[in-house]
Amino acid sequence: MIDRIEKTIVLKAPLEKVWRAISDSSQFGSWFGMKLDGPFVAGREITGAIAPTTVNPDIAKMQEPYAGKPVRLRIEMIEPMTRFAFGWHPYAIDPDADYSGEPMTLVTFALSETEGGTRLVLTETGFENLPEHRRAEAFKMNDGGWTAQMGLIEAYLAR
Amino acid sequence: MHVDVFAALGDETRLGLIARLSENGPVSIVRLSAGTGMTRQAVTKHLKVLGHANLVRHRRHGRETLWEIEPEGFDTARAFIDAMSRRWEARLEALRNFVED
Repeated sequence: MIDRIEKTIVLKAPLEKVWRAISDSSQFGSWFGMKLDGPFVAGREITGAIAPTTVNPDIAKMQEPYAGKPVRLRIEMIEPMTRFAFGWHPYAIDPDADYSGEPMTLVTFALSETEGGTRLVLTETGFENLPEHRRAEAFKMNDGGWTAQMGLIEAYLAR
Repeated sequence: MHVDVFAALGDETRLGLIARLSENGPVSIVRLSAGTGMTRQAVTKHLKVLGHANLVRHRRHGRETLWEIEPEGFDTARAFIDAMSRRWEARLEALRNFVED
């Protein structure tokens, strides 16, 4: 599909551990690369700031230029051990812009037990609702710097 | 990044027109409307939205106007999703580092 993102990975870790890494806001923040201001509560918004991931130096380097930028997640669904979903503005990095009135995309983490660990299916949908100038911004942001840095990631993954 | 791509695609009628165009190559509005239950005017309106998003194009062929897919528009849309998608790959790799000891 052209208007959604879907990624499936199998993690060599027990379901419960993966669930905690996703549903506990401080654990989530440490791998994702943000410092959140409280726990995740279904139906509530949570604010925070980008804070480079502590688990992977290459990815931390990519996040460094955005450190301190505000983030806002609206927690849509918490189904223990099964599903966690939030809405957000996927590339809201302009500190002077007010994104609050704009539609969010929906990010869903779906977990299930599988041989050797935990299957995670990540989806992000709702790009069709985003204002066109935001898509243009996001695209610009990804151009150049991001593309170059992706080379590093690919090298890293190939190790 | 061309504007309106996802809004243009976020409509079942237009997705249907895209599907018909990808199967049938350059076609006239008359042929495109046939069997859809839509008027030619309605089809024209949807094609204009798709054209504005650079997803379809048209050309004159004698007295007829023929419509077809504009691959460039699809490439741009895909490039955007790919960029977003690669960012998720990096994040999920960080998650893997976090949970796999």
